[in-house]
Amino acid sequence: MSRTIYDLIGLFAGVCFILALKGLSHPKTARRGNKIGALGATIAMLVVFFYANEGSSLPLNNLGWILGAIAVGALVGVPAARKVQMTQMPQLVALFNGVGGGAAALVAIVEYLHLGDTATTAEVIFTVFTVIVGCVSFSGSIITFMKLQELMTTRPVVFPGGRFVIAGTLVAVLGVAVWVVTALGTTPLLVLAGLSLLFGVLFVLPVGGADVPIVISLLNAFTGLTVAASGYVLDSVLLIIAGTLVGASGTILTRLMAEAMGRSLFGTLFGAFTAKPQDTSGVAEDRPVRSGSPDDVAILLNYARRVVIVPGFGLAVAQAQHTVRELADLMISKGIDVAYGIHPVAGRMPGHMNVLLAEANVPYDQLLEMDEVNPTFGQTDVAIVIGANDVVNPAAQNTPGCPIYGMPILEVSNAANVIFLKRSMRPGFAGIENELLYDPKTMLLFGDAKASLTKVVGALKAL
Amino acid sequence: MSAVAIISIFTLAVFVGFEVVSKVSSTLHTPLMSGANAIHGVILVGAIIVADHSTTNLELGLAVGAIVLATINMVGGFVVTDRMLEMFKGKK
Repeated sequence: MSRTIYDLIGLFAGVCFILALKGLSHPKTARRGNKIGALGATIAMLVVFFYANEGSSLPLNNLGWILGAIAVGALVGVPAARKVQMTQMPQLVALFNGVGGGAAALVAIVEYLHLGDTATTAEVIFTVFTVIVGCVSFSGSIITFMKLQELMTTRPVVFPGGRFVIAGTLVAVLGVAVWVVTALGTTPLLVLAGLSLLFGVLFVLPVGGADVPIVISLLNAFTGLTVAASGYVLDSVLLIIAGTLVGASGTILTRLMAEAMGRSLFGTLFGAFTAKPQDTSGVAEDRPVRSGSPDDVAILLNYARRVVIVPGFGLAVAQAQHTVRELADLMISKGIDVAYGIHPVAGRMPGHMNVLLAEANVPYDQLLEMDEVNPTFGQTDVAIVIGANDVVNPAAQNTPGCPIYGMPILEVSNAANVIFLKRSMRPGFAGIENELLYDPKTMLLFGDAKASLTKVVGALKAL
Repeated sequence: MSAVAIISIFTLAVFVGFEVVSKVSSTLHTPLMSGANAIHGVILVGAIIVADHSTTNLELGLAVGAIVLATINMVGGFVVTDRMLEMFKGKK
């Protein structure tokens, strides 16, 4: 295959990626968009086997190893993607992003070893960039994975002098980068990779749980840029186009996500260093709360005219989406006006709740976005908060200095009654006490969301 | 390829990337991130190229590792995005 045809096919794949991103931006075309992206990637992968790079011949060297490695990757990736629970998808995306960053770093290291003294300064600079950013993306994504999987604390991890350690590591990374460019040795490059991995860990540790999705999106954009830089070193137009597209769209997406949460990107990354310690956490523990039985909840609902359901991560954990729909249908059959109030970042990722409720075939017109539902809470008799906490926490509006201050919330406290379905009094993902739990108009129903909802449905049917 | 050509491609791709996702509802943030994540799995192409011209065992070993990781990223990424979007069907 000639270089021209090879590059033209690469261009075709690049166009597929543009159409994929375009399609993914609209609900109707999203699934088709993803398939077009997969088509482009598959074509790009296949065509490599039919083009001999300079100094190479067909079939490719090490063909057995290449095919074997692809098979292993597919055997790991496909079942993981197929079997993952809805609740764990965010972690999986983080992990996939991390391995992508790791792959880009490895590619850069191999190419560096291969080029040796023949590398041009520009190639070395791009290699250094890819190794740094790829390693940061890899180790950073692993930390986000561990936070989301709750293998470690979801709260910001800050230690004394932390910001100096981070700044020091960054200076060291840049120093070693200069060393690599001037000295051209294998050892400096490996030191650089090690320091970059460390920096990735330090960079993500101070980020609080609720902000993790924003960081995943940022690291995703980073990985895109490493792919573009690899494209320069490997002389591949396709990699430059694909990587740049992901880098640019990922940056915009990161900003959109931060805006949806009312956060600045800077605040997300460095907020933990500037936030004041909270004084509410200690005193709030012992105050009385009003807990009710499923029958109490059913009675309250039975005499309501309008009910708003606010789902959160607890709904996803309990897999209660079908039960909540059953409850909504039952209320509608009793002539009650029912709507779902969807916070843009309820759950562990933007859109998490929409996906979950769509799985239970909840009609789309019952799902109200935050701006639509907030003005209606004044006319709402009961707001049922199912496994959500931070997204309804008034602290975001009235406690300056708390980690979620400034995040727009669903103003359920304006409803006449609030029911919380919770597993325990444990604070939400952001680790902040919720004053609303102690409000006299709030009733708590403890237990697994699915079990509680099933009991409420039974009690409501009996009325 | 000339430096100017590469800079041109890069610059235009930046603008296209900005443009295609500038208006997207928060409902689609997660699938869009996941789809973009799968697209950068195309680093697999780079991994295959370096595996092809690996001459030492160290190079080949690292390249094979890169292929495994990139394949997980690419194939897994598209499959998981499709699964997310599957949930949206039937909605108008």
